[in-house]
Amino acid sequence: MAEAMESSGDGGTAAPRPLFAGLSDISISQDIPIEGEITIPMRSHIREFDSSTLNESVQNTIMRDLKAVGKKFMHVLYPRKSNTLLRDWDLWGPLFLCVTLALMLQRGSADSEKDGGPQFAEVFVIVWFGAVTITLNSKLLGGNISFFQSLCVLGYCILPLTVAMLICRLVLLAEPGPVNFMVRLFVVILMFAWSIIASTAFLADSQPPNRKALAVYPVFLFYFVISWMILTFTPQ
Amino acid sequence: MAAADELTFQEFEEATDLLAKTPDAATTRSDQLTPQGHVAVAMGSDESYGAEEETEESDKAMLLQGEKQQPGFWTFAYYQSFFDVDTSQVLDRIKGSLLPWPSHSFVRHRLRNRPDLYGPFWICATLAFVLAITGNLTLVLAQRRDPSIHYSPQFHKVTVASITIYCYAWLVPLALWGFLQWRKGIRERMGPYTFLETVCIYGYSLFVFIPTVVLWLIPVPWLQWLFGVLALALSAAGLVLALWPVIREDTRPAAAMLLSTVVLLHSLLALGCKLYFFQPLPLEHMASLPQATSLPPATLLPSTLPRAITTS
Repeated sequence: MAEAMESSGDGGTAAPRPLFAGLSDISISQDIPIEGEITIPMRSHIREFDSSTLNESVQNTIMRDLKAVGKKFMHVLYPRKSNTLLRDWDLWGPLFLCVTLALMLQRGSADSEKDGGPQFAEVFVIVWFGAVTITLNSKLLGGNISFFQSLCVLGYCILPLTVAMLICRLVLLAEPGPVNFMVRLFVVILMFAWSIIASTAFLADSQPPNRKALAVYPVFLFYFVISWMILTFTPQ
Repeated sequence: MAAADELTFQEFEEATDLLAKTPDAATTRSDQLTPQGHVAVAMGSDESYGAEEETEESDKAMLLQGEKQQPGFWTFAYYQSFFDVDTSQVLDRIKGSLLPWPSHSFVRHRLRNRPDLYGPFWICATLAFVLAITGNLTLVLAQRRDPSIHYSPQFHKVTVASITIYCYAWLVPLALWGFLQWRKGIRERMGPYTFLETVCIYGYSLFVFIPTVVLWLIPVPWLQWLFGVLALALSAAGLVLALWPVIREDTRPAAAMLLSTVVLLHSLLALGCKLYFFQPLPLEHMASLPQATSLPPATLLPSTLPRAITTS
């Protein structure tokens, strides 16, 4: 603006016309109307997107998450080499499975002995800290899977063992006997193998090839301990 | 001598000798190493080999200090350096702990001065769970023989087992390392082991107890004690032979005291595990158990509702 003032002062003397020389001639006493919309073309889409998840019904929100969890359950039950579990990880499924398993495994409150099955907190701690330890182990060995992806896979692969727990509780309603035990043993072994196969299908590829066994062995130990807890469950 | 694994083992030694000979730039350390040539100690016929090994170790140590900047302990890469092992290396180390040999020091030949934390951690975890599980299995088997014994899952034993094993395998090496550091001045030849190397020695020496604990399922008492004594002897021999090169130059009383303490602690661990997790179940033996920590009342309770896993 100062430049314009100077140039208008010198306007009469210099031969080349300075900048903004004719500016003072313009009268700006009347308002120049400014019209038109200053909207970004994408903005209307964004506004729709925001309102679509904010204003949707609660049922839609819950069903979307439930469908994601259900889809992952299907991937665990029929393990194929796919990336769905890894790409869109979530921890709802593992939480639900862990709470279900811990609730079913805990000994009744009437049991005041020190010996007995695990308490709710013990199962919870074993599942979550076990999964965290295995994930840390896998990352320290040089695996290229992220922390939460690995937690997600390990948690979802508890699904077969939760099914085994349900079956065992049903079988225990019948009369006890060696047949009872054999059925439960068979079911638990089958589901244990299923869990191991499902989790290694997802996890083994992320490890360097000469360390695969080192990364898979803790997974084996983890599911073995959970299977042991399921097999030794005795209702009071 | 014709076994294939003997041949491959010798290949390793040649390779490490070649490796030791090429980096020859550590002049400051070589002054300290010259008196080695005329030390003669009765450790078999590989004294000269031992001297070469020491050269290799200190040269390597100097090189590693010079070349690699150790990342800070707050970075993830620092801890990753402790897990830098392959499956074959871990298996090799386990084999080395199962077959201790006087001339092949565990730290030199197996660890190659690159200790790892994978082995000690997971061997301790496996041992803790196997102890608790097989202890529970003996209760199952005893109940099949004698239905009056009340079965219970005894889950608290998992907690006890894991705390005991982890404390033993990590605190005792800490104490040992501290002791060796304190006595460091007496040794001219060889530096003390690092803390991780002592943890590795202890961790891998516990591996032999895993099959032993599984074999303790066999309910024959003298066989159980036999297995226990064999496993303890093998494990303690591994420990002593691994520690011998470092303790060798110390004064006699100190060396003897240290070795006997190590063996004593190891035997206490084995004995404690045997008595606590595999309590002899016939009731007349219960009174004579020295363990003060909780005798499981399950075996003495009148069974309320024995919904047992197996009934005979």
